[in-house]
Amino acid sequence: MILKTKDITMQFGGVTAVFKLNIDINDGEIVALIGPNGAGKTTAFNMVTGVYTPTEGKVFYTDAKGEQIDITGKLPSDIAKLGIARTFQNIRLFKDLTVYENVLIANHLHLKSDFLSATLHLPWYMNEAKQMHRNTEKLLQEVGLWEVRNEKASSLPYGQQRRLEIVRALATKPRLLLLDEPAAGMNPKETEELTEFIRQIHREYNLTIFMIEHHMDLVMEISDRIYVLEFGMTIAEGTPDEIQNNQRVIDAYLGVDEDA
Amino acid sequence: MKKRDMILTIIGIIALFGLAFFVQEEMDSYIRRIVNLCLVYAIIGLSMNLTNGFVGQFSLGQAGFMAIGAYTVGIFTVPVEYRENIFYAMPMNPAIADIELPLWAALILGGALAALFAFAIGTPVLRLRGDYLAVTTLGFSEIIRIWITNAQSITNGALGIKDIPPLNDVRYIFLVTVICFVFITLLVNSSYGRAFKAIREDEIAAEAMGINLFWHKNLAFMVSAFFAGIGGGLYGALLGTVDPKNFLFTLTYNFLLIIVLGGMGSITGSMLGAVIVTAGLEYLRFFDEPLMLFGMDIPLFRPGFRMVIFSVLLMVCVLFWRHGIMGTREFTWQKAIDFVKNPLGFIKRKGAAQ
Ligand SMILES: Nc1ncnc2c1ncn2[C@@H]1O[C@H](COP(=O)(O)OP(=O)(O)O)[C@@H](O)[C@H]1O
Ligand SMILES: [Mg+2]
Repeated sequence: MILKTKDITMQFGGVTAVFKLNIDINDGEIVALIGPNGAGKTTAFNMVTGVYTPTEGKVFYTDAKGEQIDITGKLPSDIAKLGIARTFQNIRLFKDLTVYENVLIANHLHLKSDFLSATLHLPWYMNEAKQMHRNTEKLLQEVGLWEVRNEKASSLPYGQQRRLEIVRALATKPRLLLLDEPAAGMNPKETEELTEFIRQIHREYNLTIFMIEHHMDLVMEISDRIYVLEFGMTIAEGTPDEIQNNQRVIDAYLGVDEDA
Repeated sequence: MKKRDMILTIIGIIALFGLAFFVQEEMDSYIRRIVNLCLVYAIIGLSMNLTNGFVGQFSLGQAGFMAIGAYTVGIFTVPVEYRENIFYAMPMNPAIADIELPLWAALILGGALAALFAFAIGTPVLRLRGDYLAVTTLGFSEIIRIWITNAQSITNGALGIKDIPPLNDVRYIFLVTVICFVFITLLVNSSYGRAFKAIREDEIAAEAMGINLFWHKNLAFMVSAFFAGIGGGLYGALLGTVDPKNFLFTLTYNFLLIIVLGGMGSITGSMLGAVIVTAGLEYLRFFDEPLMLFGMDIPLFRPGFRMVIFSVLLMVCVLFWRHGIMGTREFTWQKAIDFVKNPLGFIKRKGAAQ
């Protein structure tokens, strides 16, 4: 088990966005989190990644050495260093920087040189810097963004921006990748390409993937398991088949055409 | 950096050094003073650009950090034998009365003290999101000034410190300026500098990429204060006297204009901005002189009018011309070569790119 949330609850004033959520994700799985808009999915992500501290409950993460760590309320940057990376529902790229810089920056968290060594470009920093550049070049080539490396991130077409955001997250060398509606706003063809892309990175980078998604074909195709949220509560959990045949889910979510 | 660019940069610096020698030896003291002021303003402008332009944290504390640097130089470089006369209203605190430092040591000490203050301000404030930093740093620079006015046994209070061994050597100031610029250029082009830019672009994303916001902001803020302290020290040595009134918070707006005009997030822009603003402030002195036109005294032209014009310029820049001359771009040798080879084509391409 790589991630475990234990009864996490998030209250904003009087609103309970998430109530006693329990999620278990095993190493190597692809798990989806679905549910209508406002169900609390992004809030759940924010609790896992440290953006919000749950008002109740705990989040546990198992690191590469197999040690279980309580990450509840840790800083997002520390959680990223532990190996959890994410993307955002509304793309959050470093807009004015190039594709290359976006990915290069994501290597910074593993930098060991202190700021003076880095500023003075001392040999041990230069070695690390060279490695960061090599990693960036390799990654950009592997994911097919090499050709556009010198473009400003904001000048990429929408689909490529989504892809770049995933790649930037990959550059932090995560073990667990959280994708918040990666296919939002994509047409069927783009969605299909993205599905293939998620499969590719899952395979090639030894990842566990936890994703929020509305495109049901994508979700049903690649998920091992699915959690369904409604009004902050888990109403179902199971394999794609089980979820598709769950009456409660059909009533709450799948029945209405909720594509956003 | 490409080898060619490195060589060109070194040649450029040497050429400017030659120019500094020339100004020192051949120009009158008025020109020397303006050149020196220009260099000092460039240092402080650049230091402000680090926090405001590269990390995107709006800080207005430059006058305060300068005051710390300037007073450190004032207090520690004034010859011990003059001190009794200078501190005639209240004798200097015995703990420091006998300490005299060479200018370079006082500059570094001033920078370090400014950085220490930055750390003390940054530690509570930089944890918060939003523009608290602007308000706090503005308040801080006034508090420092008021403290200086009142700590008479250390700073000589409102009387100020006169007879600071004057520094009027363009070469010395130029050298310090080069060191500051090289340091900040290297910093900005290191992995830490990229982390700064990431924070400027999107804090939430930067944090999700493992960049500790608080720590990086505080680092940049301290480095910025350090160089503002150095710049302030040079400023004090240049004037030969320090006085609390030199460090009103309005001084900070000079540097704000420099970085907005030059381009927030551009090092070469800060250089350019410093030249324009310093030269401009001198030129605008014209407005402070009484003006007679057709035998009539034009009433607006009186001491202080210059600052009105200056404020209007600042406002216009901030409101309508946020990207300044350089935006976040930098001067590069490649661009310069392209321009020299084919000026028309260069301008056209630049137009098309925008
Ligand atoms: N920072 C916040 N402050 C107040 N309410 C919030 C905040 N973030 C989310 N909410 C509320 O929590 C609920 C769940 O939101 P969210 O997690 O974004 O839903 P989803 O991602 O499933 O569409 C919504 O009612 C939303 O208005
Ligand atoms: Mg959401």
